[in-house]
Amino acid sequence: MAKSPEEEHPHKAFGWAARDSSGVLSPFHFSRRENADEDVTIKILYCGVCHSDLHSIKNDWGFTSFPIVPGHEIVGVVTNTGKAVKKFKVGDRVGVGVLVSSCKNCENCQQDSENYCPQMTLTYNSIYHDGTKTYGGYSDTVVVDERYVLRFPDNLPPDAGAPLLCAGVTVYSPMKYYGMTEPGKHLGVAGLGGLGHVAVKFGKAFGLKVTVISSSPKKEDEALNRLGADSFLVSSDPAKMKAAFGTMDYIIDTVSAVHALAPLLGLLKVNGKLVTVGLPEKPLELPIFPLVMGRKLVGGSDFGSVKETQEMLDFCAKHGITADIELIRMENINSAMERLAKSDVRYRFVIDVANSLSQ
Amino acid sequence: MAKSPEQEHPKKAFGWAARDTSGVLSPFKFSRRATGEEDVTFKVLYCGVCHSDLHMTTNDWGMSIYPLVPGHEMVGEVTEVGSKVKKVKVGDKVGVGCVVGACHSCENCTNDLEVYCPDMILTYSTIYHDGTITYGGYSDTMVANERYIIRFPENVSLDASAPLLCAGITVYSPLKYFGFAEVGKHIGVVGLGGLGHLAVKFAKAFGAKVTVISTSISKKEEALEHLGADSFLLSRDQEQVQAAKSTMDGIIDTVSASHPILPLIELLKTNGKLVLLGAPEKPLELPVFPLLMGRKTVAGSATGGLKEIQEMVDFAAKHNITADTELISMEYVNTAMERLAKGDVRYRFVIDIGNTLAATKP
Repeated sequence: MAKSPEEEHPHKAFGWAARDSSGVLSPFHFSRRENADEDVTIKILYCGVCHSDLHSIKNDWGFTSFPIVPGHEIVGVVTNTGKAVKKFKVGDRVGVGVLVSSCKNCENCQQDSENYCPQMTLTYNSIYHDGTKTYGGYSDTVVVDERYVLRFPDNLPPDAGAPLLCAGVTVYSPMKYYGMTEPGKHLGVAGLGGLGHVAVKFGKAFGLKVTVISSSPKKEDEALNRLGADSFLVSSDPAKMKAAFGTMDYIIDTVSAVHALAPLLGLLKVNGKLVTVGLPEKPLELPIFPLVMGRKLVGGSDFGSVKETQEMLDFCAKHGITADIELIRMENINSAMERLAKSDVRYRFVIDVANSLSQ
Repeated sequence: MAKSPEQEHPKKAFGWAARDTSGVLSPFKFSRRATGEEDVTFKVLYCGVCHSDLHMTTNDWGMSIYPLVPGHEMVGEVTEVGSKVKKVKVGDKVGVGCVVGACHSCENCTNDLEVYCPDMILTYSTIYHDGTITYGGYSDTMVANERYIIRFPENVSLDASAPLLCAGITVYSPLKYFGFAEVGKHIGVVGLGGLGHLAVKFAKAFGAKVTVISTSISKKEEALEHLGADSFLLSRDQEQVQAAKSTMDGIIDTVSASHPILPLIELLKTNGKLVLLGAPEKPLELPVFPLLMGRKTVAGSATGGLKEIQEMVDFAAKHNITADTELISMEYVNTAMERLAKGDVRYRFVIDIGNTLAATKP
């Protein structure tokens, strides 16, 4: 008979989990595996609240296995290292993102793209090599193979830096891969939330002209005056959208709900690229004529590899880029989720795990 | 009052035109402009029959101007050149493809991408700079600005090279632009028709491994034995499709009818690209998860710029690549259109203008 979450591993752990698709989170006792030779054990300090966490606790995508402990924007401190560990020592500040394992043999793994390994193991809601379920960062500790652990730069604040581990790399990786980094080019950022606001910051750091495309006119002031975007386009204003037709070299589409691609494709110049990183529940409608008549492309990107995440963290440390966050206590997570569902956050909740997660 | 097609220009011309949306073509007298200082006039010898011609004669896209003389895969021999023309001389073998004019000053034009210029002028059924309608290659002569003239090397077979001017460039351009044109890449070609068969030939010439993806088992032998494809995937066979998942670097999709793209996206490896050349009228469903989970791309492409067309023609000459054609007489063209509508051609009709058009003059 399968062991209970509390008994399956030798080290006690405590976190908050959702038990069913109501998505309500509550205290949950479970356990973490023995620290193997390549593993590090991490005491969790902060964990970002990603929209994927919300999708997962509600089982929006249909593959959640309850109970589920979400959280894949983890920052903490190393408390134990296995004997084969080379990159870290006890006391190091580290991060864990969206994945905690992969096959290590396939072409993707061999080329530092573990995030595209068909057998990758996600930080939560996946099955690990030992057959047990992975539990994420809304918890006090986590044990991870060092290959998938990030060095967290000392000069990056651990709370405001936590969202970089998913939101950050999810925009950084495609911006690099699809070549959205030529100074002077024009980037559109669709959606101004956890991902979008970081994309604006990266865009400016790459020397791009940045236009925020949003359905909420009230985000204009923030976008221009606080985040440093060069212009703001209200997507529900047909005249303004038409005037901006054919002006952008690239667009990062961070919108997670189902939405129309045609207007965004119209904003692109010839050879323009639209990269979508949101995960809507249903397929989107893709008009082909604009693609053919302008040699445009629509690309996808998941999050980022370990190597890219590390590169991004170091880039952020160098350029002073962090997320704009609202720090919350663990016990307020359910109201945070309700607010997140209404996009009522500027722009990422981060759970102060170490100071508020008490048994 | 507007002049008639016969009178609006100084040089007599004769061709076949569609008069209305029935798409039926018949003899048509019109005229061509005088050879301007940058123009080249040539006697048309052959003209390929493109599926676009079929769409345009029946006004499928709502942009046809009647009477409509189709044809944008025309080749012939130069008879006159303007005083400023440097590219060609009388007697040279030349061709004209899909575009005969553009603004020449926008970003696209300066980057040799005239086909993407917002003011681009198509070879037929479009208004030219002088306000007159353009007429295509189902005719005895053609006058075009030197920039839009493609030079053909002496030793190529002109009739079999005519389809390169649209079908050829439409597959060559994305094979290069999207990085499929490399040794060792595994490329899928969806649809084995005018475009598809040339895509196979070009991709093989680039050193790629080629799989033809088709709904018709009858095309398998052709694909493997005659065109040199490495393998054939029957898209209706679920087992074959399953086995081919995540094996292709790129897919060139030449099918213009609406069809699901999820199975094609699944054939791609990580970072793979699906390039659509046919544009169905309605949007397709884009499954987002598979795109994201493999960092895959869906893109479109339309013919190519003039510089690239010349490059392609030279490449084809060097590698002995021509289209597989069925040469027809001018008066056969309506029957050819009916057969084309059913995909009954291997793989491009080419009208023997030089030898059969004049006989149809009333």
